Amino acid sequence: MSEEKFDAIIVGGGLAGATAAYILANAGMEVLLADRGDFCGSKNVTGGRLYAHSLEKVFPGFAEEAPIERKVTHEKISLMTPKSSLDIGFSSEKLGEDPESASYTILHSKFDPWLAEKCEEAGVMLVPGIRVDSCVVEDGKVVGIDAGGEIMYSDVVIIADGVNSLLAQKLGMKKELTPHEVAVGVKEVIKLDEEVINQRFGVRGNEGVAWLSAGDATAGAFGGGLLYTNKDTISIGIVATLADIGYTDISIPDLLDRYKEHPAIKPYIEGGETIEYSAHLVPEAGVHMIPELVRDGVLVTGDAAGFVVNLGFTVRGMDFAVESGRLAAEAVIRAKEAGDFSKEGLSSYVDALNESFIMKDMKALKGFPAILSRREVFKDLPEMVDDICTKLFTVSGKPSMDFIMYVINSMASHLSVAQLTSLVGDIMDAF
Amino acid sequence: MAKMSVDDKLGLDLFHTDEHNPHITVNEDYDDMEEIRKVLLACPAGLYHYENGKVTFSHEGCLECGTCRVLSIDKVVKSWDHPMGGAGVQFRQG
Repeated sequence: MSEEKFDAIIVGGGLAGATAAYILANAGMEVLLADRGDFCGSKNVTGGRLYAHSLEKVFPGFAEEAPIERKVTHEKISLMTPKSSLDIGFSSEKLGEDPESASYTILHSKFDPWLAEKCEEAGVMLVPGIRVDSCVVEDGKVVGIDAGGEIMYSDVVIIADGVNSLLAQKLGMKKELTPHEVAVGVKEVIKLDEEVINQRFGVRGNEGVAWLSAGDATAGAFGGGLLYTNKDTISIGIVATLADIGYTDISIPDLLDRYKEHPAIKPYIEGGETIEYSAHLVPEAGVHMIPELVRDGVLVTGDAAGFVVNLGFTVRGMDFAVESGRLAAEAVIRAKEAGDFSKEGLSSYVDALNESFIMKDMKALKGFPAILSRREVFKDLPEMVDDICTKLFTVSGKPSMDFIMYVINSMASHLSVAQLTSLVGDIMDAF
Repeated sequence: MAKMSVDDKLGLDLFHTDEHNPHITVNEDYDDMEEIRKVLLACPAGLYHYENGKVTFSHEGCLECGTCRVLSIDKVVKSWDHPMGGAGVQFRQG
């Protein structure tokens, strides 16, 4: 194999890498897709929900055959304190009415193998179980990969090795990640009867729920809680920004246990059996952490490129991964036609990204990381909301203060005028 | 649901542990307690311990997330790489 030269080598068989591989193979190119897991998806973890639009462009109607879990028709967000939860729910048959605007709960170790199979059918040479240690660079140009001393050559390498992206780091395209740029997510997959899930969450058939929360999920630290209904399991987890580790004395594993015990969560998972425990990093700094995307003979895609947007109420990464994989592949096809795999020859990738929703959304939403690194959002606001709602819904026979006055007093006791002004300022900036 | 320890949870996962090649090594004698505290709190698998003035770590049960690398490379963490191909955790849900 070492004498053979591929048109393209793709490192990482997640959504970005597999999408790129599939498109390149369909264009008649010789493609090698390497993954360090025994099978694609065996090292991958999602919360998780896939917004379908970008994969629809590659596989129209994919949900008909792909192993999705449920279609999300119920959205729920909550502000939690230890004993309370203010919930906002939205359920609609309009959610996911057409495939382009649908979103699905998925599990990577089930979904990614389907995508890998599509790649193989298209002619991709899939090589699982190998760790690519570095890119081979000759005369300043990436010309292949080095996997444990075995060298494989190609015109171009697409880096899709995920959030840690040691490959992009070793090339100097990406800096060492900082604790401000990533959060750690930990998740349990809990088995429950399909009908029990339907009854508890008030859904039918393949309808599903996406539920995010802020506040007590992380005991006031930056981050949040998540719960997604799968077919016959529930994904439950917490995500905590690494820069805020140590804000409380509660460890990450204990935070998840604590979240599972929250009175608003516990009844939904009662009687379930945990079947897997996983962890994964999530890029969080949006446009502020995008690395160099193209050099001679190499492109960076997906989580490796930091393509994730977290708004608190929606978290997107997989749809960005798919789109960036597609755009990288298309740029490689153009480069092959022009016979130019230099940085300039591949630069249509960056142009296409800038024109796509990826960069447009990441730029438009660049203020969100600032909002989501404010203590007010995770501690003071949930406590204030708890206080006001408790007042609103409690009738005890005691003469009550004017409600409006109560609200004003409560706001004043939880947030200073300076905090409020600065928070509103950040929110205005973000929008 | 009965409360499970982290070890119980890790026991549910499938591992092909490469016994002879730890993919993470630590600076045992590192002594900045604030730094050590963060790594101990953050590791999702609870694999870092501090005993008798030394940081200890076992790569068996590592979920390969990268948290300790980001928090503490060149401090508590001496080296961090992915396990060899096919080794380490194998998620079946993901």
